[in-house]
Amino acid sequence: MPKIDGIKRVLVIGSGPIVIGQAAEFDYAGTQACRSLKEEGMEVILVNSNPATIMTDKDIADKVYIEPLTVDVLQHIIEIEKPDSLLPNMGGQAGLNLGMELAESGFLDSHGVKLLGTTAETIRNAEGRQEFKDLMERIGEPCATSELVENIEDGIDFANKTGYPVVLRPAYTLGGSGGGIANNEEELVEILTNGLRLSRVGQVLVERCIAGWKEIEYEVMRDSNGTCITVCNMENLDPVGVHTGDSIVVAPSQTLSDKEYQMLRTSALKIIDELGITGGCNVQFALHPSSFEYIVIEVNPRVSRSSALASKATGYPIAKVSAKIALGYTLDEIPNAVTGKTYASFEPALDYVVVKIPRLPFDKFIKAKRTLTTQMKATGEVMSICTNFEGALMKALRSLEQHVDSLEGSAYKDNTTEEIEEMLHIIDDRRIFVVAEAIRRGVPYEKIHEITMIDEWFIDKIAILAEMEEKLKNTKSLDRELLYEAKRLEFPDCVIAEWTGKTEKEIKELRYKWGIIAAFKMVDTCAAEFASETPYYYSCFDGLNEVNGTSGKKKIMVLGSGPIRIGQGIEFDYCSVHSVWALRNEGYETIIVNNNPETVSTDFDIADKLYFEPLTPEDVENIVHLENPDGAVVQFGGQTAIKLTEALMKMGVKILGTSAENVDAAEDRELFDEILEKCCIPRPKGHTVFTTEEALKAANGLGYPVLVRPSYVLGGQGMKIAVSDNDIKEYMAIINRYHQEHPILVDKYLMGKEVEVDAICDGEDILIPGIMEHVERAGVHSGDSISIYPAQSLPEKIQKVIVDYTGKLARSLNVIGLINIQFIVYNGDVYVIEVNPRSSRTVPYISKVTGIPVVDLASRVILGAKIKDLEYGTGLAPKSDYLAIKMPVFSFEKLRGAEISLGPEMKSTGECLGISDKFNEALYKAFLGAGIDLPKYKKMILTVKDADKLEAVGIAKRFKKLGYDIFATRSTARVLNENGVLAIPINRINEEAPTLMDLLLEHQIDLVVDTPTYDDKLKDGFIIRRTAIETGVTCLTSLDTAAALLTSLENSDKGHLSVVDITSINKR
Amino acid sequence: MKAFLILEDGTIFEGKSIGAVKEVISEIVFNTSMTGYLEVLTDPSYAGQAVTMTYPLIGNYGIAYEDMESFKGWPDGFIVREVSRMPSNFRSEDTIQHFLEKNNIPGICSIDTRALVKILREKGTMNGMITTNENYNLNEIIPKLKEYKVTGVVEKVSCKDKQEYVPGDLGSVKAEADKNIVVIDVGTKKNIIRCLLNRGCNVTVYPCNFNADEVIAAKPDGIMITNGPGDPAECTSIIGQVRILADSGIPIFAICLGHQLMALAHGAKTYKMKYGHRGANHPVKNLETGKVYISSQNHGYVVDISSIDTDIAKPWFINVNDGTAEGLCYTGKPVKTVQFHPEANAGPKDSELLFDEFMKMTGGNK
Repeated sequence: MPKIDGIKRVLVIGSGPIVIGQAAEFDYAGTQACRSLKEEGMEVILVNSNPATIMTDKDIADKVYIEPLTVDVLQHIIEIEKPDSLLPNMGGQAGLNLGMELAESGFLDSHGVKLLGTTAETIRNAEGRQEFKDLMERIGEPCATSELVENIEDGIDFANKTGYPVVLRPAYTLGGSGGGIANNEEELVEILTNGLRLSRVGQVLVERCIAGWKEIEYEVMRDSNGTCITVCNMENLDPVGVHTGDSIVVAPSQTLSDKEYQMLRTSALKIIDELGITGGCNVQFALHPSSFEYIVIEVNPRVSRSSALASKATGYPIAKVSAKIALGYTLDEIPNAVTGKTYASFEPALDYVVVKIPRLPFDKFIKAKRTLTTQMKATGEVMSICTNFEGALMKALRSLEQHVDSLEGSAYKDNTTEEIEEMLHIIDDRRIFVVAEAIRRGVPYEKIHEITMIDEWFIDKIAILAEMEEKLKNTKSLDRELLYEAKRLEFPDCVIAEWTGKTEKEIKELRYKWGIIAAFKMVDTCAAEFASETPYYYSCFDGLNEVNGTSGKKKIMVLGSGPIRIGQGIEFDYCSVHSVWALRNEGYETIIVNNNPETVSTDFDIADKLYFEPLTPEDVENIVHLENPDGAVVQFGGQTAIKLTEALMKMGVKILGTSAENVDAAEDRELFDEILEKCCIPRPKGHTVFTTEEALKAANGLGYPVLVRPSYVLGGQGMKIAVSDNDIKEYMAIINRYHQEHPILVDKYLMGKEVEVDAICDGEDILIPGIMEHVERAGVHSGDSISIYPAQSLPEKIQKVIVDYTGKLARSLNVIGLINIQFIVYNGDVYVIEVNPRSSRTVPYISKVTGIPVVDLASRVILGAKIKDLEYGTGLAPKSDYLAIKMPVFSFEKLRGAEISLGPEMKSTGECLGISDKFNEALYKAFLGAGIDLPKYKKMILTVKDADKLEAVGIAKRFKKLGYDIFATRSTARVLNENGVLAIPINRINEEAPTLMDLLLEHQIDLVVDTPTYDDKLKDGFIIRRTAIETGVTCLTSLDTAAALLTSLENSDKGHLSVVDITSINKR
Repeated sequence: MKAFLILEDGTIFEGKSIGAVKEVISEIVFNTSMTGYLEVLTDPSYAGQAVTMTYPLIGNYGIAYEDMESFKGWPDGFIVREVSRMPSNFRSEDTIQHFLEKNNIPGICSIDTRALVKILREKGTMNGMITTNENYNLNEIIPKLKEYKVTGVVEKVSCKDKQEYVPGDLGSVKAEADKNIVVIDVGTKKNIIRCLLNRGCNVTVYPCNFNADEVIAAKPDGIMITNGPGDPAECTSIIGQVRILADSGIPIFAICLGHQLMALAHGAKTYKMKYGHRGANHPVKNLETGKVYISSQNHGYVVDISSIDTDIAKPWFINVNDGTAEGLCYTGKPVKTVQFHPEANAGPKDSELLFDEFMKMTGGNK
């Protein structure tokens, strides 16, 4: 039992919706912490607004509240649940801020709740910029010369004194949100204005620029006895200037001698000791590249993205140990779960190299600025492990699933060397490819280093890869030595084949002939010093295999979902993990393959075995050769896993659940049309095309508007609504940037009500946990729509049709397991628009609100169980007592230049849920959870496209009734005024002042409702929307969303929000 | 050029030759530090051994001569997975390849060091040969390997004559000295001396064949007995002299081999561990405070904790991983000893404060 007396009921705060800078890592940390607390016999009460998380499962905590993360809500829950303590440092910055507010207001004290782990004072000292600076000065640790400013003038004064460039860091923000480097006064004013607004306390730290220094991080732990250890240090390949979340990171550091390593380690330990942190902590340093001078950049007194990475890189479970420390244990009392023989009070020794590469969303936001700065832009990341740096880099590159398997730079073949040198100055996600190209062109290392400040050690490693590329391209006869070396550096067979003019099969055969096969090694925290039993493995080509394929038990391989990206988020990790648990319960041995360090699935105690590997056919085949699994499950790992289906079958692995042919049938237009015809199910008319000419012909035949999209994609990637030939040309060009193996679909676009179902099918019966209805009309991607369960506006008759179609489709496609279907209800008819014979992003949410364990049931069905034997009934399940409204959450403010208007391509990064037995309250909670908390100034801007103008009148009337002043562009204002709604006309941006822009910058606007024209080529609307986002104004681009918000505002009664413990749902 | 590592148990690793090209038989040990290869190579405690680095990339930051822990490289051989082809660090003056050649240390790279470590872990430290001779004859080699024994290494590494240092030497802080400390060099690392100099001590280093009475007659404020290589029980004459020092009433702080010699001088036993402690991540717990420090370690022998009477000495530190003795506090004498390396280099500096404690023992006027 814990060392601290009286801890029995612990409240854990999660991190809320996934946004850029705060992603799945907190689900991993929170889940690990909750399990660790439960291990100690604690009762755990969990609050998190994010329904896609594993931590919000009833298996993880005793009481689960999926509620908006606000002080009011937390106070209410504390009053109901009466916890004796609160663990605030597992929910990222969001959780920490809330814990602070509750502590500072005295609420915790007055309710007898103890703050576990790090104290409020410590948090203040670490997070408050001035307090931190003062503390560092007191203990003689160097910080960059800086000043905390609360207004623009002070910022300018400071910069004039220190000289440009200066770095700006808003206090208490996420992922460096609102920060940046200013090279001149104009940039300073721009960034500082934004930063002051974004900071919770209206403060921004302006500091001396140390861009170009080495960026080094230490993950450290401290217990209440003052024992301090380092779990891991990490070196950023990208020097200071790029947010560490957007940097390529290597662990451990590579270019630091023991002197530098220990100097920074000592500093990190001194800092956490001085701060009195109990638990995990992250310290970031800038180290001068040619001296011992260093600067402490920042300290995060909590688990973080870096700590998740460090945990996976070393095997040391930071969150778990942190939770135990919070209960009073000391490090030497906590066993090391990896070795089982040693204790948590040691420092992991690595005998491999770890590389992390961020997953950036520029494939989704083509117009967004790709430049990488101190503001994080990545949505996720991949990690890889190898015995050498080059190999780890190569593995990580292909894990990104961005059509890149090497550093080959054919994209730059038309650029001159001068242009390449010029491009080296640009810091964006393509820089490493430009560096490789510069090396190929013979640009000296010194010059590349001078421009990029990337350490020459890394440049040389990139050169080694470029040299290997040359060797392979020029070899007359590929011999064993060259092939071995290429594989040691982790060049995939497909790339070697392409460069040597052979087939992939030939390369593979040569490898086997010459005995060049992947060996698997264990991640054991101790460089093999102690025998360990962690089932956590990685592959390499220069070693002896030390992993035995197990036999005896039947075993199943579960393919994970790779990096978090827009369209494929944490939901699929939820599904993968639940599938593993279900399969284990059924007595199978489970093997998981994944490459995402932020997830629960890559925790080594989830599956029986974890292979931390890229999810490509070759990498998976290496594991298959070793393990010979009895089957593989692909339907839970999103498109990443589905894409591996064919390859797995060729390897002779049985695909459990829906067969590959049937997955194909759902994606292959012709096969699918046949099935629909057979079932008499209508769908919008459409054609399949490959070329722009065919697309134009198809579109004109159907009549505009049409929907254009590639097949076999997730999150509507590349999906657009086209209203003209020009659109078709533009979109086809975008889609065809990458070679398309599958045809492109052109469909008639119907603007009806969108409805979605998830169902489990066993080949005979189906179980539909519920029907969900979207607030926004068809045309907005389902992931970006507000989704309501149970559907409110569908007549019984329509619901019956939907259930009937679902059953017919599931049976015709021989679905065994999960299926997700999207319908459009248009003029009273039901059309099918999309069928995905796999798990979907709504599965976690529908499971939680209905109490039906969808993934668990689907996994059992895959193994042969029949739905009618599974005690949840068949057909459409009875409605839950509660309504659940899923609200999408976006990260637009982090992506300069990204178009925010919603369309068929998904843009949201996360979601939150509003649960209540009353519709209006559920809706209000959903908006609140997404951070939309209105009204403030009761002023709004309304500007809508012509087609929406009459509909806008009703909306405007309702806002008026709520007391809103409405500003509108002239044409919108005219229509409103003509219809009796007072609207103040305002000039467009390019007209004379005051314009819309001036109005926005006065910071008095609550809300912008701007429905973009399909052909928004004027960019006026674009600028308005971006400015709104960047000044923190809620901006809606669909009248449906606006109407929903109105409903919420009209019915809000903030003081009395009820809260729901979802573990009580379905205990009927 | 091809190179081979042949182990006593018949295992053969084929790799590439690095460093000096010569055949060598030695005791094969491994070190788990991720940085500090130069400090390891120049630590006299590795005399008579060939060191395997478990971290796979060695030589990344080149060679900065000022980081050497003694005047030359000591190991018989150096075993790594990969040597960096291009070092990068602002202080780098040389490459590891060249350093090995200059110090006449043969080595082998491109072998699976993890597989090697697993053998040593399972079967215990054993002897081995590094050779570039492709026509090696196992029948001849194995008996030789089994026969090989590390002996006489302390004499080999210890200084031959008395040496004097004052604060400011060895890159230490310049200051007026207020203490005189004697260092008994049984294989000292420079940083032990530097840690004393930094604390304002004049340091007189005596070779391992020192005479205890001469040391006592010099009336030092304190005596430091250093680290060093080999089997401590072999050093019978030094042990006798150490006992005299221990009874002199002069405060003594001893590290590593010094700690073992002191225990042997008081009737304790030492034994050879299966594969020793070599690395920079070993947790040691101070039994007085309960606080755990991460320490740098390098030892193959250890004091048998059960062989020493608590009336003579009490355990001061223990190893959190395996419970072995890591420090002793002698009863009724100003003598404290530790098995680990508070002077670090390579490794964490967490326990450097023990030097401050030593200063207090010597009269604490600082």
